[in-house]
Amino acid sequence: MENSAVGEVRILVPAGMLGAGFEESTVERGLELGADVIAVDGGSTDSGPSYLGSATPKTTKAAVARDLRILLRAADRAGIPLIVGSCGTSGVDAGVDWVAEIVAEIMAEEGLGLKVARIYSEQSAADLKEHLDAGRIHPLPPLGELDVETIESCTHIVGVMGHEPFVEAIEAGAQVVLAGRATDTAVAAAFPLMKGMPAGPTWHVSKIVECGGQATTNPRAGGVFATIDATGFTIEPLDPAAACTPISVAAHMLYETANPFELREPDGTLDVRNATYVALDDRTVRVEGSEFHLADQMTIKLEGARITGYETMSFTAIRDPLILGKIDEWAQLLREVLTDRVAQTLGLRADEYDFDIRLYGHNAVLGDIEPGGAPPREVGVMLLVNAADQATARAIAKVGNPLMLHLPTLEMDYLPSLAFATSPAEIDRGAAYEFVLNHVVDVESPTALFRIELEESHV
Amino acid sequence: MSESTPTLGDLALEVRSKNAGPFWVTMELFMRDADGYRIAADETFLNESVIAGLYRVDAADIQMFRIPSLNVVKISFPRPISQGSLRDRDMHAGQHHVPLALLRVPEKSA
Repeated sequence: MENSAVGEVRILVPAGMLGAGFEESTVERGLELGADVIAVDGGSTDSGPSYLGSATPKTTKAAVARDLRILLRAADRAGIPLIVGSCGTSGVDAGVDWVAEIVAEIMAEEGLGLKVARIYSEQSAADLKEHLDAGRIHPLPPLGELDVETIESCTHIVGVMGHEPFVEAIEAGAQVVLAGRATDTAVAAAFPLMKGMPAGPTWHVSKIVECGGQATTNPRAGGVFATIDATGFTIEPLDPAAACTPISVAAHMLYETANPFELREPDGTLDVRNATYVALDDRTVRVEGSEFHLADQMTIKLEGARITGYETMSFTAIRDPLILGKIDEWAQLLREVLTDRVAQTLGLRADEYDFDIRLYGHNAVLGDIEPGGAPPREVGVMLLVNAADQATARAIAKVGNPLMLHLPTLEMDYLPSLAFATSPAEIDRGAAYEFVLNHVVDVESPTALFRIELEESHV
Repeated sequence: MSESTPTLGDLALEVRSKNAGPFWVTMELFMRDADGYRIAADETFLNESVIAGLYRVDAADIQMFRIPSLNVVKISFPRPISQGSLRDRDMHAGQHHVPLALLRVPEKSA
């Protein structure tokens, strides 16, 4: 692929997430508009630590394959690169390989011979301990300094790459780049930056397009199309019926970011304080004035997850107004009686396991910050147990079973029977995880922590 | 504040909350117009200590951003309960805007 200077670069982002689905016609439209690259995010930490901790994807294979088939055909026909970041949700090495296998199957079926690069982002505890000892790892708020025990406790750790490994892969001849964990923005930013587009507009537009249709007036409409040039960028939805407005575009800079004006990337910080948003017509917006400040020190952010224990869930429901009127007292009684019964039957102290009782319909979602309201019509009671192993978690939930079925309030002199939702009532959830890393590593090179493997085409 | 005044949600196009990475939660009040924005952006009404009370977090950890060009007030703070842990009942923190949206505005502003 030639790396000659160009005046503008047009990026096609078909959806906010690979596997989310989109109309094939919107990709056709993006090609007609002259797309130079197709970029799509394949992952996120948003859905919790389990996907990283267990190295399993959130999306189902059929949904990923459906989207990839359309995108691979489009990239092949137009002769433009396809870039996928954070493969397999968490971006672990197994996630990259999972997407690469799907790509290989589709290419074999479709007779395509595109050259595929895999970029791995998983980090070994041994390497990170060296960085830690050398003082190169620093915490991001709200976490504190990292210690060796925390590194060693993680089941998987990934480094979050910027655009540089993507650029290296494309310059080496890759037509399809399947990357491990990457910043949401790097996926879209890589090709324009490689083509010499200015960093301010490129990173800004990459933030705006990272969730696909979120930046439009119809978030369900799918993808967006953006053109970057020397002084700014222009953005429109791929669906002709949807619109980008100055407000919808500006507002997306707020989405999922703690700070609405700045966004840190490995090599610097996007600053949109001076950006201006102008409607070119009723569905296209022009943005200028975005800035990017190179950092004195390049950093790579780390994400890591570890097992907190094993969980079993049990769920029952209450409709009787006599119990609903005293629901908080009833839940407190359940806590006390369950703790006593676990001590009697299993010989476990309260600090040897943990459980949460959630009153869905009453205050399960907000807990003690619930502003309150009328007494509920019915309440779903979830018992979630966490213990050191699955058998213990299940045993505790089973000890809770007669209570979840029959526990009366203090006023009742008879046993009510509550409404179990399923039989058996207990559901083993397997290992539960938590995120424990929110740290950066100082690096000399933005590609040093990542490994690029370029495959020869198979056709 | 009184039961007779509107809530921030009444004066907003949208009030939303979302995780910002695994360790932060962020919320936005998209106010309908400049008048609504003036109320939401009034530091004597909506400030770090009010948010600290609504969400039981430390006022010193709260970041507030007032963006008049969008009629937006944005609020970010570290998640009190870590994402995905046993007591996390809202993985994406997507329902945590409700206490903010239900906050009634002062008499004089309404």
